Amino acid sequence: MSAPLAAAPTTRARGWLIAFSGIARRETLRFVHQRGRFLAALVRPLVWLFIFAAGFRAVLGLSITPPYQTYVLYEVYVTPGLVAMIQLFNGMQSSLSMVYDRETGAMRTLLVSPFPRWFLLGSKLIAGVIVSIIQVYTFLAIAWFWGIRPPVWGYVTVIPALVLSGLMLGAMGLFLSSAIRQLENFAGVMNFVIFPMFFASSALYPLWRMRESSPLLYDICRFNPFTHAVELIRFALYMQMNWGALVVVIGCLAAFFGAAVFMYDPQKGLWARRKGGPA
Amino acid sequence: MTDDSAALAISGVSHDFGSVRALDDVSLTVPRGGFTALLGVNGAGKTTLFSLITRLYNNRSGTIRVGGFDLRRQPSEALARLGVVFQSRAMDADLTIRQNLEYHASLHGIARRAAKLRIAQVLEDVDLADRAEARVSALSGGQSRRAEIARALIHSPELLLLDEATVGLDVKSRAEVLALTRRLIAGHGVSALWATHIMDEIEPVDDLVILHRGRVLRAGRAAEIAGGAGLTQSFLDMTGLAA
Repeated sequence: MSAPLAAAPTTRARGWLIAFSGIARRETLRFVHQRGRFLAALVRPLVWLFIFAAGFRAVLGLSITPPYQTYVLYEVYVTPGLVAMIQLFNGMQSSLSMVYDRETGAMRTLLVSPFPRWFLLGSKLIAGVIVSIIQVYTFLAIAWFWGIRPPVWGYVTVIPALVLSGLMLGAMGLFLSSAIRQLENFAGVMNFVIFPMFFASSALYPLWRMRESSPLLYDICRFNPFTHAVELIRFALYMQMNWGALVVVIGCLAAFFGAAVFMYDPQKGLWARRKGGPA
Repeated sequence: MTDDSAALAISGVSHDFGSVRALDDVSLTVPRGGFTALLGVNGAGKTTLFSLITRLYNNRSGTIRVGGFDLRRQPSEALARLGVVFQSRAMDADLTIRQNLEYHASLHGIARRAAKLRIAQVLEDVDLADRAEARVSALSGGQSRRAEIARALIHSPELLLLDEATVGLDVKSRAEVLALTRRLIAGHGVSALWATHIMDEIEPVDDLVILHRGRVLRAGRAAEIAGGAGLTQSFLDMTGLAA
């Protein structure tokens, strides 16, 4: 029988770093074990790029709009939207994983850790963003061979935008996961959150096009946080800054994460008050 | 009134789900280094009490102290001293036992090198050293529970909470898990609160708390509570379930 070791140094900064790296490692391991998830994450935007974009190119005309300095092919226009799409689906996947963890009980072991809940949820969020960025760069590498070649430094300047948009979409997923009781209910999220967010945005078509067809839809797109994530990525990929999008993305990130922490807090959260089991 | 020398001291805790009172003025103590059984039928409030001790639910009334640390005021210190085996599976089925234990060690801030040593120790203790690289999904029910116990012990807790840890196991696996827990508690010097509804799991020398409809009916040495009538009969008489 082994003798017990001393209590872990949980209050030291090193302990926090260890906890974060452990959570990030677990998320990465889960991602690696689910090869189908990686393939699905890549196939989805690639289908848009290879097939839909080819079709839309013939139909849609694009004017010269910032950050582009000249006329661009539809494939070029849609690429930042598809990058954001990867992050949107990844955020929802993380959310699905949280619901799954809650159903299987794995969430309880996370929440009974001595670290603060905001830190645990934030670590999970950041781990999800790391996974999404791996997917994004794999997609951008394939797109490069397809002729989508933003400036080389754009691949660097887009990183902060990817981090912010990934955090915002992940935080939204986290918030949604706190409100979803069962895994079966997740299909509703696909229909009522992911698809409307994606299609009612500037991911697939410029907003001026949308305004031509429906002013109401245009307004919806303008207020859609996903539109701002797309534009933040689009500008950053071409080494420019869209300040308006930056402010909206940071604001939405703070709001979604704050709401998620609130919902997962046993002292305040709504799910804790339900009559069913905890976490 | 709380006891700082106890592994767990609960005083005047109540909890409601809407208009339903799940726990009513619960007070109990788990002495250091002891095995305390929490006996109650399904719905007695055992899991609710565990959820409050682990801070999955917020405790709004009374006090809960783990190793002398107030759960409300010093949650990190209190939770660091707790090891929990939940009623339902809480390990990641897609990962191996070792990967799960590494993850849980990290959740307690244990560095990889120390975790590696500790994992080897606890797997040896629960007799799963040769299954370290097996995925949790490939384990039998008994092995899975032993892996859960290893997970709960990874950070050398002072108090082990086991919520119906033998539920769903066959008789042999149940006996093995219970014997293992008792052996580990003796070897590690930790205390345990063992929630159960199975009388056979309680020995006369154990400390026993009987919880029924959210209230503590009796607390004391199991042999004393059992008296001459035996534990089952005393329990049925006390709870009114005999009628």
